[in-house]
Amino acid sequence: MDAAALKLRRSRRDMLVQALLVVFVVLVIWVAISTAHTNLTELNMTSGFGFLERATGWSYSFSLIDRSIDDSYSRTLLIGFLNTLFLGLICIVLSTILGFAIGTARDARQLGLNALATVYIQLFRNLPLILQLVFWYAVLIHMPGPRQAFTMGEVAFLSNRGLMLPGFNVSPTVVLAMFAVIALLAVVIFRQKSLQPVQKLLLWLVSGSGAMLLLAWIFAPADSSIFSIPAQQGLRFRGGIGVPIELVAMILAITLYGSAYIAEVVRGGLNEVPSGLTEAGKALGLSSRAIWFHVKMPMALRTIMPPLGNQWIFIMKATTLGVAIGFSDLFYIVSTSITQSGQTLELMGLLMLSFLLINYSLAQLVNFMNARLALKGH
Amino acid sequence: MALASELPAQSDRWTTFANTLKKRAFRSPSDSFTSVFIFGLMLYMAWTLIDWAILSAVWRAEDVEHCANAGGACWSVIAARHRLILFGLYPFEEHWRSTLACLAIVATVVLSCLPRFWSTSRLVTLWIVGFGAYVVLMDGRLIGQPIVTTDQWGGLALTLFMFSAVVLLGMPLGLLLALARRSKLPVVRGAASLLIDFIRSLPLLTTLFAAAVVIPLLLPDWLNGDKIWRVIVGFALFFACYQAEVFRGGFQAIPKGQFEAGKALGLTPFQTLSRIVMPQVFRHALPSTINMVVVTFKETAIVIIIGFFDVLASANAAFGTVEWAPYYIEVYAFVGAIYWIFIFSLSQYGEYLKARMAVAKR
Repeated sequence: MDAAALKLRRSRRDMLVQALLVVFVVLVIWVAISTAHTNLTELNMTSGFGFLERATGWSYSFSLIDRSIDDSYSRTLLIGFLNTLFLGLICIVLSTILGFAIGTARDARQLGLNALATVYIQLFRNLPLILQLVFWYAVLIHMPGPRQAFTMGEVAFLSNRGLMLPGFNVSPTVVLAMFAVIALLAVVIFRQKSLQPVQKLLLWLVSGSGAMLLLAWIFAPADSSIFSIPAQQGLRFRGGIGVPIELVAMILAITLYGSAYIAEVVRGGLNEVPSGLTEAGKALGLSSRAIWFHVKMPMALRTIMPPLGNQWIFIMKATTLGVAIGFSDLFYIVSTSITQSGQTLELMGLLMLSFLLINYSLAQLVNFMNARLALKGH
Repeated sequence: MALASELPAQSDRWTTFANTLKKRAFRSPSDSFTSVFIFGLMLYMAWTLIDWAILSAVWRAEDVEHCANAGGACWSVIAARHRLILFGLYPFEEHWRSTLACLAIVATVVLSCLPRFWSTSRLVTLWIVGFGAYVVLMDGRLIGQPIVTTDQWGGLALTLFMFSAVVLLGMPLGLLLALARRSKLPVVRGAASLLIDFIRSLPLLTTLFAAAVVIPLLLPDWLNGDKIWRVIVGFALFFACYQAEVFRGGFQAIPKGQFEAGKALGLTPFQTLSRIVMPQVFRHALPSTINMVVVTFKETAIVIIIGFFDVLASANAAFGTVEWAPYYIEVYAFVGAIYWIFIFSLSQYGEYLKARMAVAKR
């Protein structure tokens, strides 16, 4: 057989393999659809998204916006989506800050600091997240009641009802406006080329808290103070912001676990920085803090960013464990909706779509940051 | 290379240690202050822990009434309930089978860490034998013992079963997906990439939930199987999609010349792959594979959410009675210690392999 005939035979075989794969996939999908159809008719279920407008008639533990048991499925799902985003973002921010601190400590010359960070990482990284979660939840619900609540300077309280924190005495709309202003300030300040990173951060913190105070001062009710501080009243608290116990447990568990992983990512990044650069910084007479900010971290960030992005996505996905302790994240809302309405396929589809959307956006954000960090011309 | 005489002798260890301390802990007054503070804190925490866990603890199951007044841990709950935690609802008088089955899995994991087992055929044989021994022992019908069905398997035994089934099933599937993703056929490549990226962007819980709840709606009854097997297949798919990326990294580390050399020797593509490329891919992928195995062991804990009676669920049951309710910390500490020992040893082994390979590369 000559070369051309061989080539023809191979390309025919390739086409056949691919065609078979397509046929197989189509067959699987067709079987799935037809089986689902017969199963659903047997169960007398309607398909489609019409149920989204029906009222749910059940309640759950936590919501950022107003809710009632007359809410439609679509609003309840939106609340779950917002809860997942909210929890995920808090955990991402907290565990990134803690992770950078512990990763730096793990890289430190100071032996004690180093040992402490190592113990922390080995402890939290080598236990399943869900075990840590149910542990913290158990510890929190065994806390003393509101009468014997732990207090920090009489402004914040921790009891088996949850965490009470001081807050601004304003409506949720104003809080939203505050976040918008802070975000806007961040965009404006971090675009300034003439400032050092530390100066930018400092300027942002100062101007941000200033703006928040100003807004609170303008919009707080005239007859009360601009802060709302929780105070004990019999068996409950008045004023302040109440963080339910499920949310506290989620934040605690995910942050401790996530930060141990991020710390290892940070240490890896710091390790990659050539020691000659640090020595050059020392030779220039820079303090160790200046070396960290101006030499080590900018270099290390390039290595840190991609795995850090993976950790962020992991944290977002980890919020689904909330269902184990009854925190109303998206997964919890979807699984409850499935048991209540029976619209399994539609709800699973929405759940998957939401996570694809969240993770895709996070990945794009990380890519963008990565591109900004990349050395020009490399 | 340093001469033997230049290397620090055994007796110099103390001097080296003292030097390290001097350099890294007591270089300046403020440094010394920090060190004393941190070491003091760590000693204090260690002492509190030892006092709670050992010195002031109550150990015997009969001493329950002492627990309330003891200043330390009440290990009585473990003494009384350890069988429930380890084996779940498995029939009490058959626990020796569960014990042997768990030992078979642990032995399989330990043996696969030994270099002499590092060939595909040996590893496959080892895992099939270990896993088979587990199933035969737990099920019992082949060894002439009373049959125990899967719905009675529980505790640590169930966790180990899920873990080994997922790894055993997921490893070849992962290799297959990695090969498909590298295929030159666009449809095969596209389908594999789509599946891998899709599964990887979803939380594991979603995949497991879909396997447990959605699949029965989509497949005809005769294809459905037990819930436990559906969940294991779902979990194995998750494992395979991550492991495929690990293998892909391994493939990328192989120079193209290796494939061409195989061709030049007259080997078929399959022979080139199995005799030349794959051994190197496995070697490259080894540390990350260990990583994946560790992650899988850790993640099996979430099957509690979809209703399996694994070691975490049986721990919850262990302090679920009025008598034992106050001692939840002891139970979680016990289960945590089991997980921690497993995961820590495996991940330390992964670190050791990584270091060994870094040396080999230099």
